[in-house]
Amino acid sequence: MSASLRPGDALPPQVFVVRRSDLVRYAEASGDHNPIHQDEDVARSVGLPGVIAHGMFTMALAARAVDTWSDGAEVVELGCKFTKPVVVPDGDGVEVQVAGTVKDVADGRTTLALEVTCGGEKVLGMPRAVLRA
Amino acid sequence: MPIDQSLVGRSFPPTEPYTVSEEKVREFVSATGGEYAGGAAPATFPIVLAFDAMNAFLGAEQIDLSRIVHGDQKFSYERPVRPGDVLTATLTVASLRQIAGADIIGTTSEITDESGARVCATSATLVHRGADA
Repeated sequence: MSASLRPGDALPPQVFVVRRSDLVRYAEASGDHNPIHQDEDVARSVGLPGVIAHGMFTMALAARAVDTWSDGAEVVELGCKFTKPVVVPDGDGVEVQVAGTVKDVADGRTTLALEVTCGGEKVLGMPRAVLRA
Repeated sequence: MPIDQSLVGRSFPPTEPYTVSEEKVREFVSATGGEYAGGAAPATFPIVLAFDAMNAFLGAEQIDLSRIVHGDQKFSYERPVRPGDVLTATLTVASLRQIAGADIIGTTSEITDESGARVCATSATLVHRGADA
């Protein structure tokens, strides 16, 4: 398990590709059928730059990265702000990168500070996970 | 039109009991690019419950989903969600403020199992962009 995570460790960044077809599948799986995640016209009509990924989709990618780094340790807290939309163009989509650092290990809890970026810009604010490990 | 301030502190009725199935967890994992090998659901899976509660709240208040963007999301878990769990979510409006024509709606949702024990507490900020925002 994540006993190998030590304070200060930089965790190897993981890259995920997000396509519009992923958002359609995620809408089905999550129940979030907000059209701003599927329909360019609706997204633009409410002032967005285009179809954007569900914030929770991006957060799910962050959780996948945490799961890999920790070898499936139990998550006790997970949180972030959605500071910048991940705009997903038609076709090849975009890449989202999840990097992380071990901030603290104490009292059976390991705290990871994450950095989630798209095109070099942070898309989540203060993404953080606390693991029982 | 701004959302009524009297909503603050109001709790909405619990969602219908939702049985977590392996099939649903597999669908969720697969939609976020992973492969489900059995066991606990991913950390962001409880959003399925929280989203259900949010939809009921938006419906009751006649708020258009396409005008909502997700501001932030936090989960704190008592235990992981597993197939076979029967869960309900209860949403409370925690705060409400208006900034530049947008309603900033703070919500909390408690996700409990059949015995009434808390499985997960979530909080979400919903940004409602009014037609004139």
